[in-house]
Amino acid sequence: MPTNTLNGRSFAVDEEGFLTDRDQWSEELATELAALIGIELDEEHLAPLRFMREDSARTGVTPTLRRMQTVGGFDIKTLFALYPGKPAKKMAWLAGLRKPVGCV
Amino acid sequence: MNRLLILGAGTAGTMAANHLAKVLDDDWSITVVDRDVHHHYQPGYLFVPFWMEPDRVVKDRRDFLPARATFRQEAVRLVHPERRQVELAGGDLLDYDWLVIASGTVPRPDLVPGMGDGALWRDAVHEFYTHEGAVALRDALAGFDSGRLLVHVSEMPIKCPVAPLEFAFLAEDHYRRRRIRHQVDITYVTPLDGAFTKPVASAELGGLLEDRSIRLAADFAVERIDNERRRLVAYDGRELPFDLLVTVPPHTGQQFVTDSGLGDDAGFVPVDKHTLRSLEHERIFVLGDASDIPTSKAGSVAHFATELFVDNFLAAVAGRPLPNSFDGHANCFVESGRGQALLLDFNYDTQPLKGAFPVPVAGPMRLLTPSRANHLGKLVFEQLYWKVLLPGHRLPVTAHMSMAGKKPPEED
Repeated sequence: MPTNTLNGRSFAVDEEGFLTDRDQWSEELATELAALIGIELDEEHLAPLRFMREDSARTGVTPTLRRMQTVGGFDIKTLFALYPGKPAKKMAWLAGLRKPVGCV
Repeated sequence: MNRLLILGAGTAGTMAANHLAKVLDDDWSITVVDRDVHHHYQPGYLFVPFWMEPDRVVKDRRDFLPARATFRQEAVRLVHPERRQVELAGGDLLDYDWLVIASGTVPRPDLVPGMGDGALWRDAVHEFYTHEGAVALRDALAGFDSGRLLVHVSEMPIKCPVAPLEFAFLAEDHYRRRRIRHQVDITYVTPLDGAFTKPVASAELGGLLEDRSIRLAADFAVERIDNERRRLVAYDGRELPFDLLVTVPPHTGQQFVTDSGLGDDAGFVPVDKHTLRSLEHERIFVLGDASDIPTSKAGSVAHFATELFVDNFLAAVAGRPLPNSFDGHANCFVESGRGQALLLDFNYDTQPLKGAFPVPVAGPMRLLTPSRANHLGKLVFEQLYWKVLLPGHRLPVTAHMSMAGKKPPEED
C-alpha cells in the first residue's frame, strides 16, 4: 500500500488515493485535502463528512447518497452543490473512507 | 419437533428447502411461505424483449419444493424474532425454531420521481426486471426503429448488475441485424465511474461498448425523469434526451423486512458476510438477495452461499461453531451480442480476471473474453437451473472461488 504525505502528515492510501486506515484521519487533514480539489471546508461541508464517519463506524461501509438522504437527512442536491461533480466520491475521499462501491 | 420456516420460494429459498430436506431428521418440519405460486427464471427476462417466449420463464413453485415441505401461499406481514413467530397478511401466526429469510429484492420505480408515476411509464420508459415489464419492452422494441435509446441503471445495488450491459449489447446486435443500427443512437447510463465496478472488468466491458459504438454516460446520479421533455435528469444538472428509455429502477428489500425492523435503510438484512447469519438474531439466516452482503445480487451467489450454508445451519442447530466461510463467490455470464458471451468469476476479495473456466487453460469457457462457448453455456444454464440447481444437486463448480486458470492483472 502506498503512503501519501501532505504538509508533514503521512497516511496510507489505496491505488486511487483513498485512505485505508480511518484512524489516520482528522478534520485538519480533510481541510488540507479539500484545498487540493479547490474546496474550502466550512461547517456546512463538514457536516456530511462527520455523518459519514459516524455511520460507517457502525456499518463498516461508506454510505451511499441515498443513505445520506434517508438516514442522514441531507438533501442530495445540496451535496452536489457543496461537492460538484462526484459528491459521493469526493466526500468519501475527504472523510478518510473507502471509495463507495454500490456492490458489484 | 423442530420447526424450520423459509420465507420465499425463489432461487435461494427453494434450494435451501431441497438441501435441508435431505439432511434434516424426521423430527423437523419444513414450511415454505410465498405470496404466489409462480417461480420465474429471472435470467430469462433479458431475452424476452428479443426472442424468448414469456411463458417459458415461469413454472409452478410447488413442483420444485421437496415432498416433505409444506407450502403456504400467503404474503408475509411481519417477523417477530423475539417470539419466534411470523405473522402472515391474513393474520395467521407461524411459529418457528429457525428462520430462513429468502425474500429477495424488489425493483422500485416509485423511488425515482417521474419513473413509475410518469405518463411515459411502459410507453417510452421501460424496464425488464419484471415479467410484465419484459413483455411490454418486447412490444416497444418491435415498434422502435430510430431515435435515441438510453439503457440506464438508477443506483446500486441491483439484481444481476451486468444485465443492463447485456441488454445494451443485445439491443445493438438487434438493430445491427435489422440493418438499421445507424438509425438508433445507444447510450449506456450508469451511476458508476465506468462500465462496471471492478477495474479489469470495467476496462474490458468499456472497450466492448466502444467497439460497438455504444456511448457511455458515467457518474450519472439520476434525480428524476422529465416526462414532458423526455429527458433523464441528473443531480449535477446533466440532461439526456431519449425516445426510448430502458431503466433499471432502484432496488430495496421486501416491505415486511423493513416493517419488522430487520433491514438496513434499503431493506436488506445485515448478516455476517461469511456465514449469512443475522447479526442481530442468531436463529435467523438470510440467503440470496435479501441480505446486505457486499457482492452481486445474483442467482450464482445464492447458489454458492446456500451450498455452504447447509453445514453451517446444522452446526448452529447443534450449538457448534459454524464450519464454512462464504467468500462472496459470484459467476456471471454476460451476453455480448453476436452469439457470444463473456464469463465473470469473482468474490469479495478478487475482482473478475481473464483466464479459462472451469478447467485452467482448457476451459472450455473463457473468462472476460467474448466466446461462443460462453453464450452456449448461458443457454444451457436455463435447463441446469430447473433440473440441477433448484433440486439441490451439485454442479461441477466449487462453491469457493478458485484462482486456478486466472491471470493476475499485471500479466496482461
